[in-house]
Amino acid sequence: MRAVSAAEVAPTSYAWEIRAEGLKVRAGLRRMAVDGLDLSLGTGVHGLLGPNGAGKTTLIRSLATVLRPVGGTLELLGTSLGGATDLRELRRRIGYLPQDFGYYKRFTVREFVEYMAWLKEVPRRDIPAAVQRAVERVGLADRADDRMRTLSGGMVRRAGIAQAIVNDPRILLLDEPTVGLDPAQRLRFRELLHELGTDSCVVVSTHLVEDVAAACTAVVLLAEGKLVFEGTPDELAAAGGPKDVGDSPIERGYSALLARPDQERGAW
Amino acid sequence: MSGEHASERLIGRYAGGEAGIPGDEVWALEVHLDACAVCRGRLSAVVREQDAAVGSLVEGVWSELEPLLGAHAPVRRPRQRLGWLSTWASPVMVPWLVMTVVVTLLAVVCDRLTGLPGDGVSVVQLLAPVLPVLGVAASWARGLDPAYELTAAAPRAGLHLVLRRTASVLAVVIPALLVAGWSTGATAAQWLLPCLAFTTGTLALGGLVGVTRAAVALVVVWAAVIVAPALALSRTSFALQPGVLPGWAAGFLLGAVVVAVRKDAYARLGAHH
Repeated sequence: MRAVSAAEVAPTSYAWEIRAEGLKVRAGLRRMAVDGLDLSLGTGVHGLLGPNGAGKTTLIRSLATVLRPVGGTLELLGTSLGGATDLRELRRRIGYLPQDFGYYKRFTVREFVEYMAWLKEVPRRDIPAAVQRAVERVGLADRADDRMRTLSGGMVRRAGIAQAIVNDPRILLLDEPTVGLDPAQRLRFRELLHELGTDSCVVVSTHLVEDVAAACTAVVLLAEGKLVFEGTPDELAAAGGPKDVGDSPIERGYSALLARPDQERGAW
Repeated sequence: MSGEHASERLIGRYAGGEAGIPGDEVWALEVHLDACAVCRGRLSAVVREQDAAVGSLVEGVWSELEPLLGAHAPVRRPRQRLGWLSTWASPVMVPWLVMTVVVTLLAVVCDRLTGLPGDGVSVVQLLAPVLPVLGVAASWARGLDPAYELTAAAPRAGLHLVLRRTASVLAVVIPALLVAGWSTGATAAQWLLPCLAFTTGTLALGGLVGVTRAAVALVVVWAAVIVAPALALSRTSFALQPGVLPGWAAGFLLGAVVVAVRKDAYARLGAHH
C-alpha cells in the first residue's frame, strides 16, 4: 500500500489542467505548426484528432514543455509557461510518450522504466514499487526482466506507456500510442485510458477515429494548426450528415468538419 | 468490551448474525478483528460451535487451498537495479568509451614509433581536444542517444544532467590522456586546457545551435586549426604553443559562462539537434 502524501490530496488551485490562449508554436525554423490555438482541457481523456501535418505532434511537444511557444499563453496545472518558469517542478507531474520514442535496446523493461523514473525524479525508495505498478498496469509484468530488443512493437509501445505513467502524472500526453497494438491490446489500452482519465488530464493524439469514439470523453479537432472543433464524441458524430464521407457517424462528423473550410476556400 | 479485547458476548452476537447490534459497535468490532489475531481465533471458535455447516465449509475450503499455497513460489520483491553509473553517464556511452581507449592507445603507439623529435608532432596532443567533443555529442546528440526526446522532457533534463554527463566524459578522457601523455612525455598543461576549452565550447555552442551541429563545427575547427598545420608543416600548430595557453583558458571560461547563462536551453528539444 502506498502512502498518500499531503500534496496529492491538496485541493487544486486551477480550473483547467491545460489552458492555452492564442498559442503559437513553430516546428523547425519557419513553419508555424500551431497557429493561434485556444484550448481549455480539464480532467478526462481528450482525443486529439486531425489530418497529417495538422500540428498534433507540435502541440503535444509544447505541452510536454520541450518546445518553447513563440506566442500566446500556455498554462499547465496553473503554472504559466513563460520567462523563468520552474520546468523541473512542473515536469514531475507530466507524463509524455513521444510518437517514435527511442529506447536503450540492451535495457530490460524494468531497467528502462526505472531509468525513466529516475529521470523524472521519483524518490529513490519509491522507484521499485512505482515501476512494478506501471509495468503491471500495461500488462508487461511477465516480460519485465526481458531486454527491450526482444520485445514486439506492441510491447515496446506498452513499455513506453509504462514509463509515461510511472510518476503518476496529472497531465499525461500520449502521441499516437495505439500504433503497433493489436485489436485486443487496443481494447485493453482503452480501458487503461478510461482508468487514467478519471483523475488526470490525458491528451491522446491519434489518427484512428474509432479510438476516439471508444475511449475519449472529449475530442479536439485540429487542422493547419488551428482549432476546428472541441466537444464530446457524440457532438462530433452529430456534425456529420448522411452525405459525408465515412463508415461510422463519428467518421462522417470528422470529414464534415474538415471539409467545410476547404469548400469555403473553393468557393472563393 | 473488556480491556483490550472484544467481549465474549459481543463476539457471540456478531457470530450469530444478530441484527440488533448498533452500527458503530459492529464497525468498532470489525476494525478490532482486523488487527487482533486473538479475537479472530475466538470468533472462529464461536462460529464453529454455533453453526456446524459453516465450520465444515471452512474446513473444506482450507483443506483444498492448503497444498496450493505451499506450491507457489514466494513473491519476489521488486529490486532496484539502477546502478549509480547510469545516473552519471548516458546509457549509450559504451561505443564512445571503447573508441576513446582504442584511439588513445593508437596515439601512444604512433608517438612511440615516430620517437617525437625536438619539434615533432605529438599525436596525443593533437587528439586531446577532439575526444571530449565526441563524448559530449555521444551523451546529448539526437543521432547518438535514441531516447533523446524522453530525456529532454524529463524533470532532470537541463544543466544538471548535462553537467553530470559531461563530468563522466571528462572522467574517462582526462585519465586516458594523462596515462598517454605520461608514457610519451607530453606535459599535461599542453593538452589539458585545449581539451577543457573544446568541452565547454561544444556545450555552449550546443545550447545555441544543437549539440550535433556544435560537435561537427568544432571537429572542423580542430581539423583546420590544429591537425592541418601539424601535418602540413610537421611541427606543432601555433595553437598548441605554450604562449597561446591563456587563450585556451579564456575560451574555457567563456564556454562555461555561456553554458551557465543559457542553462534553460538544455531542457528543450533544440539542444539535441
